Amino acid sequence: MRNKRSAWLTSLSLVICLIHILPFYILLTTSFKAADDLSSKWVMPGYLFLDNFSSAWREANMMSAFRSNLIVTAVSVVLIIIIGSIAAYPLARYQTRWNQFVYAVFVSALIVPPLTILVPLYKFMVDIGGMNQYWGIILLFVTFNLPMTIFLYTGFISTIPRELDEAAMIDGAGRFELFYRILLPLLKPITATVIILTGVAVWNDYQFSVFFLQHPHTRTITVALASFFGQYNSNIGWVAAGSLMGALPMIVLYLFLQRYFISGLASGAIKG
Amino acid sequence: MARTTTIVRSTDRAAAPLQGPARKRKRSTAWLNLLYVPALLLFAVFIFYPFVKGVQISFTNWDGYNQDYKWIGGSNYKRFFNDPDMGRVIRNTIIYGVGSAFLQNLIGLAYALFLNMNIRTRGVVRTVIYLPVIISSLIMGYIWYFFFQYDGGAINDILLLFQDEPSNLLGDKDWNSWIITFVNTYQYLGIAMVLFLAGLQTIPKDYYEAATIDGATALSRFRHITWPLIAPSLTVSMVLNLIGGLKLFDVIVAMTNSGPGYASASMSSIMYLLYFGREDAGYAATIGILMFVMISVVSIFALYLLRRREVHA
Repeated sequence: MRNKRSAWLTSLSLVICLIHILPFYILLTTSFKAADDLSSKWVMPGYLFLDNFSSAWREANMMSAFRSNLIVTAVSVVLIIIIGSIAAYPLARYQTRWNQFVYAVFVSALIVPPLTILVPLYKFMVDIGGMNQYWGIILLFVTFNLPMTIFLYTGFISTIPRELDEAAMIDGAGRFELFYRILLPLLKPITATVIILTGVAVWNDYQFSVFFLQHPHTRTITVALASFFGQYNSNIGWVAAGSLMGALPMIVLYLFLQRYFISGLASGAIKG
Repeated sequence: MARTTTIVRSTDRAAAPLQGPARKRKRSTAWLNLLYVPALLLFAVFIFYPFVKGVQISFTNWDGYNQDYKWIGGSNYKRFFNDPDMGRVIRNTIIYGVGSAFLQNLIGLAYALFLNMNIRTRGVVRTVIYLPVIISSLIMGYIWYFFFQYDGGAINDILLLFQDEPSNLLGDKDWNSWIITFVNTYQYLGIAMVLFLAGLQTIPKDYYEAATIDGATALSRFRHITWPLIAPSLTVSMVLNLIGGLKLFDVIVAMTNSGPGYASASMSSIMYLLYFGREDAGYAATIGILMFVMISVVSIFALYLLRRREVHA
């Protein structure tokens, strides 16, 4: 009786998996299919055809797009962690009325998508010469990811006993020493969460990159793919191959570190 | 360096034994606040300043390039509410926001309850359902475009078994905004599922045992134990998905590019078209401000309603 029920549940779970994996199956069949092969997307091609990948790689200039993505994501995440964690420290430890107000200002920005200020932001970036520059978009990513980062760090630091600070101070540690030698190692789990949350967001971003990194030499993967799609939307195999290559690094990372991805994102959200 | 400050402090305390510790704390707090100055500065420069500028621009007829433009008062706002295209855009934005938040929570909760039943394949299912979350939504849009496209789309291959002509699903005004809602739901329902799974884990098993002994049915156990106790998960998941849907942009660009006409446009995607396609920057800024107002009002209202439910539970 119990076995029967469990077998039934297991097969139901496999059906759900199949449905959810379907889009990736179609992505695979499409990207490996030759342009003159008019068979249905449901059918796996019975031959190995890699031209779509080489063409997409060349035509969309994926090499330079990957480089841009790496630079922008790495620098943004490092800056987000440094600026976010040091900002959270006084907000968590010294909850004066003023600091509570500052915290509220930071966190209230969580609700409002920065896309709503696109027009003035664009004008401002043109004025300060930040268009198509890595530093321009990096500053934007850092700013827009700070609310979540400060929120997470402040919450986490509040759970670390204050006595630890005091013990270290009695031993003669300065404030900065205290922060870097005692607190920072304790912040590892939340830092891992922040890296994943902001890293995924920045790596996958399209809605800002498309405005601020349009130049073929600095544009990121999503922007390269979008302009590629605009040019070659009759050649769906190329677009599929490009999409697959663009998504692959994140998929691989996710499959290896999925525990951290899932629990990190959930712990980030549940505290709200 | 560290040592000298300690010495100064201890003399402080000796001089004024009563108010010493209090003063010490106050003084060290003040300079520690410098630590959030970089963050505040970035906020001021890249959020507050552009926002104020945005409000200004929304009262002008700026085209996005020209240096001379006029102050035209509230005409852009008046124009928005009389614009025949905008009814559709507002409708779509609400479908993307409310529709996908509703579907994501419904399906996410169903999956979470299902996986919570000691399924052997639990880990695999969770991995698979969550996978789309980490993929760029632009790419996700392209992947689903392969399904819904007119010429050789995967869905049409099936439809052609029953009809002679392929259906132009993405070009159909009655369908396209729902298809986009579906894609957004598919991509992010994993977040709702994981949040509900975490919420279910916090409910003590004894509650269910006690209820079962008292003869409660599965349905009433859900209504009286599970549903009230996962209220915090529901709040977070609902607000998160609501905001995500209301600002939807990438999937629309990938699948229909707001078309045909503006039939599948959201407020964010039409803002983009007006600014870069029609050089209507003043009007685009107005839509941005209205979007800002709408999203904050809707999410604060939802947060208020859902939080109140939590207290009662």
